[in-house]
Amino acid sequence: MDQPSATTATTTFDPVDFETDPTRYRHFRVAYDGSVATVTMDVDPNACIRPGYELKLNSYDLGVDIELADIVRRMRFEHPEVRVVVITSGNERVFCAGANINMLGSSSHAWKVNFCKFTNETRCEIEDATEHSGQIYVAACNGTTAGGGYELALACKEIYLQDDGNSAVSLPEVPLLGVLPGTGGLTRLTDKRKVRRDLADVFCTTAEGVRGKKAVKWRLVDAVFPRSKFDEKVRERAKALAEAAAEGLPGGTRRPVELPPLAPEVTEKSRTYRHVTLTWDDEARLAHLTVRGPTRDDVAVLEKGGDALLDAGADLWALRAFRELDDALLHLRLNHMNVGLVLVRAEGDAQTIVDHDTALAKNRDHWFGREVILHMARVLRRYDNTSRSFFAMGDAGTAFAGCLFELALGADRFYLLDDPDHPVKVALSELSFGALPMHHGMTRLAAHFHGEPDKLEALAGDTSPKDPEEADEAGLVTVLLDDIDWEDDTRVAIEERLSLSPDALTGMEQNLRFPGPETMESKIYARLSAWQNWIFIRPNATGPQGALSLYGRPERPQFDWQRV
Amino acid sequence: MTEVSSVDLNSKIPNNVGLSDDPKLRRALEKWLPEYLEWWNDMGPSDFYDKPVFLRTAVSVTSDGWAHYDYVKLPEYRWGIFLAPPKGPLTIKCGDDAGKPAWTEIPGEHRNALRRIIVTQADTEPASVEQQRMLGHMAPSLYDLRNLFQVNVEEGRHLWAMVYLLHKYFGRDGRDEAEELLQRRSGDPDKPRILGAFNQPCDHWLSFYAFTMFTDRDGKYQLAALSESGFAPLALSTQFMLTEEAHHLFVGETGLDRIIRRSAELEREDPNGDVRAQGGIDFDLIQRTINYWYSYSLDLFGGEISNNASDFFASGLKGRYREDKFEDHKAIAGTYRLPVVENGRLVEKDVPLRHAMNEVLRDAYVADCERALRKWNRTLEQMGSSTRLYLPSRRFHRHQGIYAGHYFDPQGNLITEEEFERNRHKWLLTPADNDYLLSIMKPVYEPGKFANWIAPPKRGIEGKPIDFEYVKMHD
Repeated sequence: MDQPSATTATTTFDPVDFETDPTRYRHFRVAYDGSVATVTMDVDPNACIRPGYELKLNSYDLGVDIELADIVRRMRFEHPEVRVVVITSGNERVFCAGANINMLGSSSHAWKVNFCKFTNETRCEIEDATEHSGQIYVAACNGTTAGGGYELALACKEIYLQDDGNSAVSLPEVPLLGVLPGTGGLTRLTDKRKVRRDLADVFCTTAEGVRGKKAVKWRLVDAVFPRSKFDEKVRERAKALAEAAAEGLPGGTRRPVELPPLAPEVTEKSRTYRHVTLTWDDEARLAHLTVRGPTRDDVAVLEKGGDALLDAGADLWALRAFRELDDALLHLRLNHMNVGLVLVRAEGDAQTIVDHDTALAKNRDHWFGREVILHMARVLRRYDNTSRSFFAMGDAGTAFAGCLFELALGADRFYLLDDPDHPVKVALSELSFGALPMHHGMTRLAAHFHGEPDKLEALAGDTSPKDPEEADEAGLVTVLLDDIDWEDDTRVAIEERLSLSPDALTGMEQNLRFPGPETMESKIYARLSAWQNWIFIRPNATGPQGALSLYGRPERPQFDWQRV
Repeated sequence: MTEVSSVDLNSKIPNNVGLSDDPKLRRALEKWLPEYLEWWNDMGPSDFYDKPVFLRTAVSVTSDGWAHYDYVKLPEYRWGIFLAPPKGPLTIKCGDDAGKPAWTEIPGEHRNALRRIIVTQADTEPASVEQQRMLGHMAPSLYDLRNLFQVNVEEGRHLWAMVYLLHKYFGRDGRDEAEELLQRRSGDPDKPRILGAFNQPCDHWLSFYAFTMFTDRDGKYQLAALSESGFAPLALSTQFMLTEEAHHLFVGETGLDRIIRRSAELEREDPNGDVRAQGGIDFDLIQRTINYWYSYSLDLFGGEISNNASDFFASGLKGRYREDKFEDHKAIAGTYRLPVVENGRLVEKDVPLRHAMNEVLRDAYVADCERALRKWNRTLEQMGSSTRLYLPSRRFHRHQGIYAGHYFDPQGNLITEEEFERNRHKWLLTPADNDYLLSIMKPVYEPGKFANWIAPPKRGIEGKPIDFEYVKMHD
């Protein structure tokens, strides 16, 4: 195939749009049958998000994964009756061949990394739905399941493989491409499916993979079914799972909540949503992200609870604001790669936000209330995972409280203004103590006080809004500045930050943001993705003689054999 | 079934691979042999197992040993394992390491690729036996019946040859693969054979001849490409297989030629030139059969633009047809031009030569098929028929490669799916065709007699007359 030369980050392509809806899907069909939904992947080879490759054999690019993420998200809100989601393929021979290799080979490093991060987040969302929303994902691998295709299956709770003598599961990245199965594959093999690590070693170096009974024996799949019985067996299993999953679900009328387009107002320098504004200055490499807190009316809706929440639907502040925040973060990541520092502001009234969170937390036994909180948690994890410096700027008019205080805790620094003329409050809320975990399982508050358990203890259950000095005393503030120092000190801090190596900052921030233990999910980002990103820039993968560069070309790779 | 002792095994399996001195290999084959025989009993032409058949058995690789003729009952056929004797020092014939000494053991880095190549080739051998197992019941003559069985036992031997490689060089994986070769079944929706053409039904003798003409001819070119392999045992094994494959192609090519000849006779005899009215096979039906099997056989060469093909060539595992005729064995720089579908149109595109190695091999195959077509058309000319048969475009009716998923007419023009479906019955075998063929194909078991729809061959087998009793139906 003709290979386009590597594109740089500064291309003239249209910005990536992360919003889609079922009427615009090119790559998936979704069918609903009571409590079982079937998602059929049937990738349109010509509908690529960037030119230069064809999405053959159900391979995917970012555009395909944006649709998948949309399906997973909508399933929770728009189809709360669904208990089991079967992912299968509409391609005759292939379940999914993974990320498109020509796309990877022709993409810039930054694009590859962001693509992988997004796909990783989608797979974590699948697991989150399985674990917390009683929407269990099942992979029905009705054909070759290779690389990212198997990683997609690994994100599902159960994996069924067609036993036809041909269909295999495989992770051929190492032997074929000289890179890693970087969408959680290695981690989920050992940590989730508990595949013995020596067998995993054999599996990951065998390009053709493993099929049939051996795949079951090695725990790579849960069962194999013959082709003629495959659909029926999977359906049976899905029905049984759906019945089991219906037990112990949160209450509330399971009325769908539709997610309309966010339709922000977009200019060359800004995206303005209802509750969120993102502005940027690509030349100054600086962006401003502002989230406006809930009003008393928003609190009132939550206090009514139950059907009132459903009536508000997607207009519920907590859902709308965090959907907007999510979209803004994604735009920042992919469409403004030069922006290095984001100044975050949370506006509103601290007590109102605290009350909002209290009322929301009371609805956590209502399916929709719970989904809203789970969604907030996921968006905040996306925030933690965004490779930009975040400074939370608690100046006049801000209210870093409750769920929005998470933006300060998740930021790399929190500057707070101490000015009696412009009093600013900071508060924890009921959501600060466990409802919005980071992906390594800790709350941001606990991570913040990892070395000071007494301070964490002192704040337990304390949701009273605090003056700047109290907040500083409690250890919640990085730098407390009075009105005389504010402007100069923050200007210098910003300039200094923007002068540092962006690569070193990304690495440093990702290390410092996650003190404490790891989970499988955090290992995927911290260990697997980090190694993958290193391998992606090594000549053995992407140099002129590298395996990834030469895949699809007549030459064979030449390795530098030195172990580093 | 398991009482086969190792001593027995040595006498049962003619070989030149030192089987008696290789306990590991012997142990593997001892376990596999009963399973193979069970498969042969289940899936071979078992209704004829008590009939002596005049068969060729390879007992050694010397010129008089590889074609030893005698009456044999099919269950007693001796499947041997032979490597062609090497002509001088063996080298890697193609790719980055062209010219270096060939590997006599599996190079670790190529192990998986080689296993895949061998398993894919091996899988075709038992498949065709399965496809053909009922044909004996409608054989047009004892001569043809014998040829069918000859093809069957030799496909069985080719399976042996490939299983030998799997057992000898691939350890436990190889043994597992060898077992799976006996578990897959042609056309079984749950355990299909690996390649598409080997899952198509071969219901009657017209399909049998077309299969041996077109599909086995793919086998010839695959074996020829593998006989250029840098892995010496594979190269030598496939070289020997090629000598047998030639007979299968002969059966197919002459079988179709005899049908064509006979149809031309019937056309002449019928007042309206209606072949069917005379109980023969009309030319349109023959053309549809050609279209059907030729297109499925083209699929077997794999994608026109293929990373695997490039890798196999680059690493010296699989060469081109008669690699020594080429000057440049690295083929790193060249390009190959072929038409591809882009935005609903056919446009010419240059691809790296290595990626087009499947297409290069397909070219040799197509040229060979065209030669056979010319021969058949000469027969038609000699017989005074105005009909001419043709090969459809290589884009027509494809299920693999860059043309799959698009629709072409037999001339290779891009058409709509709707147009294709509308003409399908004119271009490809239909169920009605099969019904008709089955209605005229009644067995003829009398020596020297031939079914009405086929002409006798020009000569018999191994100098025997045409009315020789090639299969003893009544002992």
